[in-house]
Amino acid sequence: MKKMITIAAILAVTPLAWAADDALYADFKAMMDASFRSKGIVDKYRMYQLDFQKACSQDKDPSAKVMQAIEAEQLKTIRYPADGQYFGDWKQGEKIATSGKGLTWKDKTPHNNGGGCYNCHQLSHHEIAYGTIGTSLLEYGKQRGNSDEVVKYTWGKIYNAKAFNACSRMPRNGDAEILTEQQMKHLMAYLFDPNSPVNKK
Amino acid sequence: MRNRTAQFVMAAGMIALNVTTWSPSALADAATDEIAKYREMLADGNPSELVAAQGEELWKVKRGTKNATLEQCDLGLGPGVIKGASAQLPRYFKDTGRVQDLETRLMTCMETLQGIDTKELNKTKWGKGEMEKMEALVAYVVTESNGHKINVDMRPAQMKKMYELGKMAFFYRGGAMDFSCATCHGQPDKRIRLQDLPDLREHKGAAAGWGSWPAYRVSNGQFWTMQHRLNDCYRQQRFPEPIYGSDVTIALSVYLAANGNGGPVLTPGLKR
Repeated sequence: MKKMITIAAILAVTPLAWAADDALYADFKAMMDASFRSKGIVDKYRMYQLDFQKACSQDKDPSAKVMQAIEAEQLKTIRYPADGQYFGDWKQGEKIATSGKGLTWKDKTPHNNGGGCYNCHQLSHHEIAYGTIGTSLLEYGKQRGNSDEVVKYTWGKIYNAKAFNACSRMPRNGDAEILTEQQMKHLMAYLFDPNSPVNKK
Repeated sequence: MRNRTAQFVMAAGMIALNVTTWSPSALADAATDEIAKYREMLADGNPSELVAAQGEELWKVKRGTKNATLEQCDLGLGPGVIKGASAQLPRYFKDTGRVQDLETRLMTCMETLQGIDTKELNKTKWGKGEMEKMEALVAYVVTESNGHKINVDMRPAQMKKMYELGKMAFFYRGGAMDFSCATCHGQPDKRIRLQDLPDLREHKGAAAGWGSWPAYRVSNGQFWTMQHRLNDCYRQQRFPEPIYGSDVTIALSVYLAANGNGGPVLTPGLKR
């Protein structure tokens, strides 16, 4: 709650493009409110914005000051593994990276989601059907090593990408409860394990 | 139809064959090229023709409490004029005082001319009952604009306002994954898996996207209206469901059509 109040305070004094026309924005909110309905596991409230979502809803990023404030707040959401163990099974990680399933109104449960990594990232030497919205993660571990710093950063990035780039296109896999801690450990193994096809040809 | 299936299998085979020798990135490009090729092969015999033929029949069938046809329906170019009409939609209509896309305008005609209760559409599944009839009508009408140019009249203030609302909706982030339309369609030359993504902020991408829907989807053998297309975008965005014919769908349609203005209309399109 404190997080929301801080960002709201910054946003309140930041002139945004749509703020120039309060009446139009009021009409927009009314339009959005009247245009959606709950379906399946997706409740209508999901369309109401979090503060950072609102700040990142224009063609251009908000000011550096706003971005930094969002990143600082989002960084606080990251939970590192309590047992200090960051790596699971890369084979399971590959399945999670490949599956783009989950959290649509057609899905039966909000659990057992895919990570959808291949929608946007290149990862292994073998999978050709990768998207290009995100950067290539080919040979991720091989190129970056596995220092504590790199491992911790990578965990944080998977957990909540907005902590490092406020308006990142990447979902907050941990913070938004898209993936479980165990699933993220499997993804970590997929990125870092020397035997994973991400690193081994 | 069997011939088309054979062509599809052939194209899929070519994709598989090429996979043996090339580097991953070249392979990905090649697979995209092969999909484009099979689309070309099918283009001279679009399965939408069957749906459009049903729609043409339905247009002339007396239905509803008023037992009337849709032949006097005014889609913006005058009663009964279908040729080129959908290329100029969405449009501001004085008689309803609303900006309407093809589907909401057809709903108006069904209500006023035929006395059909279109609220049912909102409870009907795609491809079923009254919705299946709507899809046939849409296929018929948009076939009559094939080869025309996207030509939406942006002069009315109501259209200008809808454009601004549509632009806001396009960049509006929300849902479990923080996605907006722009997350996928707000940069040039990107793709999801192997699917190329048009940049819908720009003329070229918007014309390619808006100009090729409604479309027949080969992957599931369904004809999709623009309302259906936008509905599934929001599903994949992890949003709740946009209500059929709601203003957000029309605002987004105005944003896309206006950005694509002057581009070719190739409806019904043919999609993966």
